[in-house]
Amino acid sequence: MTPFLEALTLGAGYNAALVGLGAALLGFAAGAAGTFLFLRKRALVSDALAHATLPGVGLAFMAMVALGGDGRSLLGLLAGSAASAWIGLLLVEAIARRTRLSEDAAIGAVLSVFFGLGVVLLTVIQTMSAGRQAGLESFLLGSTAGMLYEDAMLIALGGALAVIATWALRRPMTLVAFDAEFAAASGTDVRRVDLAMMGLVLAVTVIGLKLVGLILIVALLIIPPVTARFWTDRSHHAVWIAGGLGAVSGYVGAAFSASAPALPTGPIIVLLAAALFAASLFFAPARGVAAALFRHRRFQARVHRRQGLLALSRQEPIHDGLTLRVLRREGLIRPDGVATDSGRAQAAKIARDERRWEIAREIHQDAGLTGRYDGLTPIEDVFTRDEIAEFDTRIPGPAPLGGPA
Amino acid sequence: MGADFVAFSLTPMLIGVFAAVACALPGNFLVLRRQAMIGDAISHVVLPGIVVAFLATGAVAALPMLFGAAGAAVVAVVLIEAIKRLGRIEPGAAMGVVFTSLFAGGVLLLEQSDTSSVHLDVEHALMGNLESLVWLDAEGWGSLMDPAALAGLPPELGRIAFVAALVAALTLVFWRWLKISTFDEAFARALGLPVAAIGFGLVVTAAVAAVAAFDAVGSIIVIAMFVCPPAAARLMTNRLETQIAWSLAFATASAILGYVLAGYGPLWLGSDNAVSAAGMIAAVSGAILGAACLWGPHRSRVGEGRVPD
Repeated sequence: MTPFLEALTLGAGYNAALVGLGAALLGFAAGAAGTFLFLRKRALVSDALAHATLPGVGLAFMAMVALGGDGRSLLGLLAGSAASAWIGLLLVEAIARRTRLSEDAAIGAVLSVFFGLGVVLLTVIQTMSAGRQAGLESFLLGSTAGMLYEDAMLIALGGALAVIATWALRRPMTLVAFDAEFAAASGTDVRRVDLAMMGLVLAVTVIGLKLVGLILIVALLIIPPVTARFWTDRSHHAVWIAGGLGAVSGYVGAAFSASAPALPTGPIIVLLAAALFAASLFFAPARGVAAALFRHRRFQARVHRRQGLLALSRQEPIHDGLTLRVLRREGLIRPDGVATDSGRAQAAKIARDERRWEIAREIHQDAGLTGRYDGLTPIEDVFTRDEIAEFDTRIPGPAPLGGPA
Repeated sequence: MGADFVAFSLTPMLIGVFAAVACALPGNFLVLRRQAMIGDAISHVVLPGIVVAFLATGAVAALPMLFGAAGAAVVAVVLIEAIKRLGRIEPGAAMGVVFTSLFAGGVLLLEQSDTSSVHLDVEHALMGNLESLVWLDAEGWGSLMDPAALAGLPPELGRIAFVAALVAALTLVFWRWLKISTFDEAFARALGLPVAAIGFGLVVTAAVAAVAAFDAVGSIIVIAMFVCPPAAARLMTNRLETQIAWSLAFATASAILGYVLAGYGPLWLGSDNAVSAAGMIAAVSGAILGAACLWGPHRSRVGEGRVPD
């Protein structure tokens, strides 16, 4: 526990502190930028973008070596990755728009083909000169060992720029995400805004390549926005909640991974984000599963209460276990099933309300007001007191025993 | 094309072809149903499945790993459905959440487990090792008739050939059901076909093909085989039977050309090391798709959304 707390308070060493802060900023940028893609229902484009960075990394390495450098400059590699991912993005768009293939086929094609090309280039590099590999495979899963101050600064700066750009473009991106046709009709250049959205995601992907690798950056782009969806119905809140969730996953995950051996940073961050997602899925107050179950149970209790009281008013026997439990809980029947005074009074009211609704349906021929009858809405919510009094005057007297005369 | 070819290139090429065909067949229907990304999801979750199987059995044996991977695919599909319904999340995002989390879990398990005794690394899982599936017992074309040499065939060949045959048989048996439910689901339901079961069966078949092919070509390349040959075939014709035929042709061509280019291409260019065969197969299938996008007879989008030439 103590190593973990040390790591949380940035006391576990220089490298761990750099990684932690970098991961937090990356998580924030990823959560915020990924939210728009999620709202636009294009979450998996980030997968294609991430896999499309690989050939660029390989080509950049080979270019830098050919120009006499050692090929490990992070800036150069990231520039290459951004270029090939941008080409991949344009190809996805071109395939989806110009041919009759659907968007998911375009995404899958670009993803796999670019990754295959990248793999080929990696094997070429491996044979180029054995010592000069520069551990390009570390871009697959990330590697935080030996992180330099310059690398951390690059990540921090890039992350900050991405967040600023997200904030600056939030209005057009939200508009296009929700209603692209209206945006187009209002004069917004939908294609440019889409490209900006995906460009932001590309920037975050490229920044995250070193820290968590291309396979896991997709997780940070998708999981926090989906989690944020459970906590709010408002898009601008969702963006920043997702950012916060991403930052927390990044920071705490990095600290946790620094506190023990054999805990690779990338996977731990992703699993933490997934745990937050699972917790939100079940326990979020409005959209969570637990809340839905709760609402359902309450609704069930209301329906059973009403049905039970109706049965009481008509002197029908009640057999359903839940109905009996609900009535007993509210003191409307005695344990042996006989109605209490309060129960009889409530039953009588419900029976009279049913008669009132019947009369209302005779008087009001259209369903404007009577259409609101659903068995649970009180009649006082729909009609005024004098209208209800009017219904009451039309209720005939009690029927004699043995049926109508 | 002599003894060397039979010993070193024949089996990898055959394995590549069978893997491509096994994936392209269900891929046709996945692409038509706009479910291509389920192939992406399955390819990613194969890794944790294999790791779990390895941890449970303690050995790198084919059958438990196959079962582990298939189990992981089923778990992933169930989780995706659950998240879609419970959370009312759109399908792409649900898939993204599930497969990235499971993949991260797989990588973590891999790091944590004691892999000093066996070699089970992530790169192999991602990129496969087609080049190493050679038939050293062969001495030439005559070995095809020699039972002693045939006994030394790499076991992956038999497995992938069996799975390819199985997938082909399933496609033939359920042809009518697949065709109707893919093109007109409401009509299929009205006919009384079990549409949900057909969909699930298709995904499970795709998972089985992915798992078997994974051994040879790695997981990410499997997606290329699910998507590129069927997508290219889609742009060549309007008829399903013709599309399937084209996709098989493209898949076979990608496998053979890819392997040849990976193995002999560098030699022709002056280097003496081969490059990744699996990657090259994916690249060739991409090139074929690109050519189809540019020149395929039925490539243009008709009607709404059409971009004027």
